[in-house]
Amino acid sequence: MNEQLLEVEDLEVSFATEDGLVRAVSGVSFTVSRGEAVAIVGESGSGKSVTVMTLMGLTRSPNSRFAGTALLHGEDLISAPEDKLEAIRGKEIAMIFQDPISALSPVQRVGAQIVEQIRAHEKISKAAALERAIELMGRVGIPNAQERARAYPHEFSGGMRQRVMIAMALSLSPSVLIADEPTTALDVTIQAQILDEIRQLSAESNAGVIFVTHDLGVVADIADRVLVMYAGRLVEQGTVDDIFYDPQHPYTWGLLGSVTRVDRDQPRRLPAIPGQPPSLVQAPPGCPFQPRCPHAFDRCRELPPLAPQLPDAGHLDRCWLKPSDKRALRETDGRIGLTEGAAS
Amino acid sequence: MTRFIARRAASAILLLFATSVVVFGIFEVIPSYNPARAIAGRNATPTTVQQVSEKFGFDKPIYVQYGNTMKLIFTGQIIDYQDNLNVVDQFSQRFTVTLSLVVPAAILWMVSAIALGSISALRAGKLMDRGVMVAAITGVSIPVFLLAAVLLYLFAFRLPWFPNTGYVHFGDNPAQWAYHLILPWIAIAVLSIGFYSRVLRSSALDAVSQDYVRTARAKGLTQRQVFVRHVLRNSLMPIVTLFGLDFATLLGGAALVTETVFNLPGIGQYEANAIGNLDVPPIMVGAMFTAFFVVLFSALSDVVYALLDPRIRITG
Repeated sequence: MNEQLLEVEDLEVSFATEDGLVRAVSGVSFTVSRGEAVAIVGESGSGKSVTVMTLMGLTRSPNSRFAGTALLHGEDLISAPEDKLEAIRGKEIAMIFQDPISALSPVQRVGAQIVEQIRAHEKISKAAALERAIELMGRVGIPNAQERARAYPHEFSGGMRQRVMIAMALSLSPSVLIADEPTTALDVTIQAQILDEIRQLSAESNAGVIFVTHDLGVVADIADRVLVMYAGRLVEQGTVDDIFYDPQHPYTWGLLGSVTRVDRDQPRRLPAIPGQPPSLVQAPPGCPFQPRCPHAFDRCRELPPLAPQLPDAGHLDRCWLKPSDKRALRETDGRIGLTEGAAS
Repeated sequence: MTRFIARRAASAILLLFATSVVVFGIFEVIPSYNPARAIAGRNATPTTVQQVSEKFGFDKPIYVQYGNTMKLIFTGQIIDYQDNLNVVDQFSQRFTVTLSLVVPAAILWMVSAIALGSISALRAGKLMDRGVMVAAITGVSIPVFLLAAVLLYLFAFRLPWFPNTGYVHFGDNPAQWAYHLILPWIAIAVLSIGFYSRVLRSSALDAVSQDYVRTARAKGLTQRQVFVRHVLRNSLMPIVTLFGLDFATLLGGAALVTETVFNLPGIGQYEANAIGNLDVPPIMVGAMFTAFFVVLFSALSDVVYALLDPRIRITG
């Protein structure tokens, strides 16, 4: 269980644009173990998608700059040459995308698209690959797979398309599976089924899973550990219980506070964190959340380290407040007002 | 499919009718147009002109003249006023020359445009891309009559690498056939190579940023596989559209400049002469001939669309 599959160390991703260098990801480090589900949460533009796309080598372009390492089986995904990366991705590390409508090629039969995935890495005949593709489609819950393999993506519903994506991503039993908001484009009834499929199938192959999402319900449902990203940096990291019951970073409180809850009186308006995330071109010095943080003080002009501040060494956060102060502020902060007793 | 063919056939008949009416009508409103005088010759007396006019029916009401002309066309008996040649015979003889000119030129421009457009898209922004695109815009900008004349001057006159105009039948000598046609093929293809490669480049660059291309890369396909199977396949649609129309009009005689400059006895050359002499029968037949190919090839491009993209269904 604790064998570390993927070790990301000090990942930096920036893009040269006309407005200047956009620092999309700064100093991100984390690990993923076998059989573990890690969720990366944060609002749009926080760098969560860029982080996982970079692990797949999908952000490579003449305008992008990288630093840091991401070791998978001892191979660095960041610096690997393109041909080496081609051999790894799809086989060792695979990805399920947000929008299954556009992520599948409109002009190829779905069976052929899965076959293409298998044959990119294994020397087997088309017929044998198709047989496996059909079997995979059956396993992800596509009825009548034999026949449906001959259909085109537009002949599938959104949920069924995402199942095809899952079958494709899992076709070579990758050790790391990345799911980038896999349920965002689906309706709620399908979401739970899709999450179940991903969880079950990745457990079967004991894969490490990285979930990118802004849906905290999904996080609570599926993740073992949670990484909270803000403005390209990790601001808090811990187990699901750590994050939901004892969140340390004021940004995390804000995130949790902006979720509708059925067990509370409904506020007239859904609480939101005031302000906007900072520009990633000229990030203000110090804590990136400082301009929006109601509890900012002098020291916040300096960037706090991502460090454990509690006895529990697995729970890290990037905030200068003392844990005791944080707990006190969290209790009295009416807008967030999350307490351990009430969160059930 | 039957429905599709039936509807396209019906629209073809309508279009041919409309074309013939419009073309015939144009000559009624040309002020100095007098076919009887043209037929009778420069030194004809008014009496001769009068006789000719009666013989050819130019004194009848216009709808009668139209009816007669159409009857002659469809019975294959129509003759031109200039040389007294049977127009339908002329078209069938000359069509092989036009085919010899247009079909290989079309292959040349499609292959070159796909190759150049792909290279440009793959190297977008780099020196190679800029070079190709500058060359392409130059190709688009050179008028065909100028290009044909320059080619002839440089490579047949200054450097005698190629024959100075003329046509050899494929059946007589295939090597000579090709040898005589290389310059004309280039003259026709250059414009389309330039235009199509630019169109392909931009549609390939659109396709590159599609999510399914990202998926293809995430699968671990090589760059080449990603490009050929996913990017190129999805960017052919616009040039298929262009090709259908361009190919159809060229078959219908639109290569008249090239055929005239290189003295190739094709349909275009015949048409060019007919237009110069206001010779109505060949112009009528030519216009309908072109219209026929336009309808045929727009139907064929619809079929190709459906083959390229399964979301498109063939409906009437």
